[in-house]
Amino acid sequence: MNPSSHDADAVIVGSGPGGATAADVLTAAGWSVIVLEKGRNHLLDLEPPYELKGDFSNDEIKFTRRHFLGPDPLLEPRAFRRSDADGDHLLLGEVNNLPSGVGGGAVHADAKMPRFRELDFRLLSERGPIDGADLDDWPLDYAELEPCYAEAERLVGVAGEAGVNPYESWRSGPYPMAPGPDMYGAILSAEAATRMGYHPYRAPTGINTTDYDGRPSCNNCGFCGQYGCPIHAKGDAVASLRRALRSGRCEIRPRAMATEVVLDEAGRRARAVRYLDAVGDGHEVTAAHVVLAGGAFETPRLLLRGGIANSSGLVGRYLMFHFQTYVAASFPFSLHPNRGRTVTHHHDDFVAPNAEDLAAARQAGLPWFSGGTVEHGGGTGPITEALNCPPGPLHKELMRSSMLRDRLWVFTMQGEDMPQAVNRVDLHPSARDVHGLPAGRVTYSPHRHEIAASAYWGPKLEAIHIEAGASWTATTTSPPTDRDSAGAMGWAPVSRHVMGTCRMGTDPRTSVVDAHGRFHDVENMICADSSVFVTSSGYNPTLTIVALAIRASRALAGIQPERRAG
Amino acid sequence: MAAACERLIPADESSGAAAAGAADYIDGLLGAFRFDPPHVWAGGPFSGRAGGEASFSDFTPLDPMDELAWRTRIEGSRGRVEREWNGPVTGLQERYEDGIAALGADFAGLGSADQDARLDAVPEFRSLLYEHACEAMYGPPEYGGNRHLAGWRSIGFEGDVQPRGWSDDEVSEP
Ligand SMILES: Cc1cc2nc3c(=O)[nH]c(=O)nc-3n(C[C@H](O)[C@H](O)[C@H](O)COP(=O)(O)OP(=O)(O)OC[C@H]3O[C@@H](n4cnc5c(N)ncnc54)[C@H](O)[C@@H]3O)c2cc1C
Ligand code: SF4
Repeated sequence: MNPSSHDADAVIVGSGPGGATAADVLTAAGWSVIVLEKGRNHLLDLEPPYELKGDFSNDEIKFTRRHFLGPDPLLEPRAFRRSDADGDHLLLGEVNNLPSGVGGGAVHADAKMPRFRELDFRLLSERGPIDGADLDDWPLDYAELEPCYAEAERLVGVAGEAGVNPYESWRSGPYPMAPGPDMYGAILSAEAATRMGYHPYRAPTGINTTDYDGRPSCNNCGFCGQYGCPIHAKGDAVASLRRALRSGRCEIRPRAMATEVVLDEAGRRARAVRYLDAVGDGHEVTAAHVVLAGGAFETPRLLLRGGIANSSGLVGRYLMFHFQTYVAASFPFSLHPNRGRTVTHHHDDFVAPNAEDLAAARQAGLPWFSGGTVEHGGGTGPITEALNCPPGPLHKELMRSSMLRDRLWVFTMQGEDMPQAVNRVDLHPSARDVHGLPAGRVTYSPHRHEIAASAYWGPKLEAIHIEAGASWTATTTSPPTDRDSAGAMGWAPVSRHVMGTCRMGTDPRTSVVDAHGRFHDVENMICADSSVFVTSSGYNPTLTIVALAIRASRALAGIQPERRAG
Repeated sequence: MAAACERLIPADESSGAAAAGAADYIDGLLGAFRFDPPHVWAGGPFSGRAGGEASFSDFTPLDPMDELAWRTRIEGSRGRVEREWNGPVTGLQERYEDGIAALGADFAGLGSADQDARLDAVPEFRSLLYEHACEAMYGPPEYGGNRHLAGWRSIGFEGDVQPRGWSDDEVSEP
């Protein structure tokens, strides 16, 4: 590339898993990149030798109560409503906030990194349509993505065990690391699930189980999901960002809020990105290419503000979350879920409905339904537990007996969420962020598919807990299934798996980007985050985000793709 | 304030919120900007309780954006345009002043039933106080609560464990 007429070969908006991967791949291809990140940098020094910072800690106040990883809902409020009937909004403030800072949401994820299945890429053809759901096949298949999945596992450093999960798709090689130790609660729940005919397996996690990439092995501290790792045993996104920085061709600018993609006169090519710095001063970075990776909420917000890349009218639409079914159980003895990586096992039996499951779907008036991967986990901190215990004379006794923390084990089913055009991210008509920009707004209601699937599989999960020796179980969902009640988890989906708002496809009339993440309307701009997902699958999205970002960045840099057969 | 927190998390055979330092915790939050760096986020990566060099007490510096958010949250917008991008914000300091005034100067000397009645009369303040009492009781002691680790000890919680962590056996064995 010839960067002489530009500040960089590419400007990347966002430094989460998608943006970090793009920076890694593009710098490895010899490109210069500038990464704009609206949040702060608590992750690594941005000057050589790029030491990892010591800002993360086992501190429940800092991470779960005081917005340490951002975004601060006062500075960047988001709005939520179930449908237009709720008026401008039902909630304003903290809505589904994924961390905002160098490393993005990956920093405080507990990093389960499964692949999608082959079927997930051709759901419409394989399973058929569902009324009211805008299902489609992806414009690529698993075989095309497999080399990128394998590369993603190496770049991040994923620990896992191949060949154990009967529902996993074929793989071209083993995981880079063996799995870490099983949590005690997971041993009990996995054994019970096995006795009941299910197939639990050790979850693939982007967490070191040995020294890897110059970072240490996880020491099981237990402050994992929602926390930054104090010893940097989590690979995503730090591994990619550090490699990109070490290339000498990457510059990361924290507290740089991208406000506008500037197009050329013909409106077909991006030539620059404008941003505001920490004190609100405006800047412009020119680049030969633009990579948008602000996440599936912020990317459409940026595009909608500028009214670009939206000839289809679909930017922001088909918003999906995973429909989460939480099945909690309390045991008569300690499970010490504060030791370990929050989740060490999954089972996937509910992503592959059998004849009995399909009969239940038909009874519910659906041609089929599908659940999602089930995480076996624990690990709430005592402040969160205390807030769920009542105040008053019983408080201390309840906290000592700890049925809501030390004796609690939870199944979380990441239920497949149907894409629906009415579910969307758009701009709030009056609420503003600290920069004076319109706040983003989620309009979302689940399809009856998700509600029926959750109602069907929830009791089966309760039965596994009972088989494992639980004293009681309780099921709740997010979002709630009852339209008249916010339920235990509130109105807005709490799932941090946000997808679909710049859908991928071959037809510019029905999609926003092509099969390589390139915007149909802006030929030198790609999207490298989960906005491009066509369907949600029932799997945690981040490994697929990284794999797609590898593929899109390689295509941008003109690198020929590999293809392997299964 | 201590009496109100104690009513929400009363002592039994173990300490309640007052002895665990809830009032100091709340005072620390409301007065975060008396310190430099402000006492908003404790430092990292280790407290020293499980090895490593103790660094929680070296609070993390705020950048201008963080400071704007936390001053607005604690002090309120108080009519300053640069804090009112989404309209006026009532700060925690004012909410506490009003809440404590509503509980009454005689609150500490009242019987439990009367204390409950006063707290129930201000439900929003009661839930704010409860949130902060829980944070004080069960959060890291560097924020002013959990005095002598009274909160964690009373529930058998080990607290922060880095950099020692847990051994594989401690994770997997009963
Ligand atoms: C507690 C928790 C646990 C999770 N666990 C898992 C898990 O186990 N497995 C899994 O697969 N996923 C998990 N996730 C979800 C995972 O974090 C996300 O899927 C992932 O981070 C998305 O990556 P991304 O790059 O698309 O976006 P993000 O990670 O959201 O990164 C986007 C970045 O862009 C920045 N940005 C946005 N707009 C702008 C702008 N205009 N200008 C400049 N910068 C901008 C943001 O500040 C952010 O840092 C979890 C999330 C949370 C919160
Ligand atoms: S459990 Fe492991 S990966 Fe998670 S924060 Fe602790 S040391 Fe880091």
